[in-house]
Amino acid sequence: MTKEESIQSELIKKFGFLEGRTRIQRPRRIFAEVPLDSFKDIFEYAVQKLGFVILSTITGLDEGAALGFIYHVGREDGIMLNIKVKADRVNPVIKTITGYFPAADIYERELMDLLGAKVQGLPEGKRYPLSDDWPPGEYPLRKDWKKEPEKDEVKTNA
Amino acid sequence: MHKVVIPIGPQHPALKEPESFSVTLSGERIMKFSARLGYNHRGIEKACEERTYIQDVYLTERICGICSHSHSTCFVQAVEEIAGAPIPKRALYIRTLVGELERIHSHLLWLGVAGHEVGFDTLLMYTWRDREVVMDILAMLTGNRVNYGINTIGGVRRNVTAEQAKEILKAMDTLEERTKYYIQIATKETTLIQRLSGVGVLSNKDAVKLGAVGPTARASGVDRDVRRDDPYAAYADVKFKVVTDNHNDVYGRTLVRAGELLESYSIVRQIIKNMPEGPIVVKVPRKIPAGEAVSRYEAPRGEDMHYVKSDGTEKPERVKVRAPTLANIQTVARMLEDRQLADLPIVIAAIDPCFSCTDRLTGVRRAGKRKKDVLKWEELHSYSIQYYREHGIDFTDLNKKMMKALK
Repeated sequence: MTKEESIQSELIKKFGFLEGRTRIQRPRRIFAEVPLDSFKDIFEYAVQKLGFVILSTITGLDEGAALGFIYHVGREDGIMLNIKVKADRVNPVIKTITGYFPAADIYERELMDLLGAKVQGLPEGKRYPLSDDWPPGEYPLRKDWKKEPEKDEVKTNA
Repeated sequence: MHKVVIPIGPQHPALKEPESFSVTLSGERIMKFSARLGYNHRGIEKACEERTYIQDVYLTERICGICSHSHSTCFVQAVEEIAGAPIPKRALYIRTLVGELERIHSHLLWLGVAGHEVGFDTLLMYTWRDREVVMDILAMLTGNRVNYGINTIGGVRRNVTAEQAKEILKAMDTLEERTKYYIQIATKETTLIQRLSGVGVLSNKDAVKLGAVGPTARASGVDRDVRRDDPYAAYADVKFKVVTDNHNDVYGRTLVRAGELLESYSIVRQIIKNMPEGPIVVKVPRKIPAGEAVSRYEAPRGEDMHYVKSDGTEKPERVKVRAPTLANIQTVARMLEDRQLADLPIVIAAIDPCFSCTDRLTGVRRAGKRKKDVLKWEELHSYSIQYYREHGIDFTDLNKKMMKALK
């Protein structure tokens, strides 16, 4: 049994409902589709028990009816686990992981700005990466968002 | 003592992306340091969704002016994984070759910037002169000094000839000799050791906790390198040491980068020696089947990560990029806490060597005073050098000595 297969079987042993929802795409790459309400338990198990101590980033996706989030966590031996969750498009609430990785702060703020995610438990802070005067409710990485056509005129204060 | 808040940026020469820092001082001690990022957000991820895969190779190459090959390689690796394209070995070797040459030019550039920030300008002159050797090699191989355009989906676009290989080996000998001389200076000259030691301290625990990457992490004893841990391109075929250090400060970061230069010369020699013959590219259909892939790359500044999702068309559904500086910028606050204002330029420069030539201003607002004094970056720079001169660290003699020794 390879290391990837033993990680996969340990995940399924602990969380039976993951049967058929994990896949090893290639050596060192595991994907797992996880229900939102058990995300925290699975994430904690991966970080604390399976040795996934490196957070590479969090990817946000617009999947039409839902918003997708992928937590890319890695081990010292190069194996990367990609934990995928789906959240409701209208009310996309996810829980912060800054308790495990303080550096996740900036990645979660990026999800808030670009996809409109609502991150529960993330303290107030400076937004990232959009400008302070960015209109509320505009999330540029959503598929239905279209860039306003550029105006020829340059606004001046005069 | 009353507190003074200094805003630095958004235009700032020690960063490749404009960022806004707010530094709260009590006297000359930094009490609090916070950052506002995003001033250079160009919407590249969104732009990638609107372009074809092949256009995106060139777009991702332009994410960074220095790690350009890092980003384009990271992107094509993900696309090739989804497409299941068997990349010829020779192409993987050429990618590795250009990647290591890029690391050499980036690290030499950083050494010069670090020298400049502490007032050791002779080091800047020499390292940047040496950097031209590797820039010439890159221009010879790819036709360009930066943004090499060597990658394409399915392989590389230019071959390496036997004559070019000879030139590269000659350049590696020159650079190795020079780098050994810099290491000698870095380990023997007390002025440099005193100036960089204990500055910008990041403990091993903090480096791990804050997710530092690349030389910044390795100088705090974090033994991580994607080239060894998650090998890509031809890295599984070459032998090299992951350089780490336990100084946990700017001095350690200098030693790590210098050590990595020597490893890079060795990797380049192995690549040239063992480069297999054969094709350099395979044809990959323009439409990429539906799928997803995560690609990692050890850029000069640390782990670069791309996630690509495809939907069977000729344009990607999603491209996500995490560049190393985003992981490292978060450690700067910890490095500067309770440290001298005079250390700010070198500490910031120590995680990120990109330097813009634009004029820059630092506004100083004294607490309780409405009027804003303006401190130019140059003034902050000379203040930092002057401060250490008064405290017994002066590079004037070393600058002169080095000039003489190398005439």
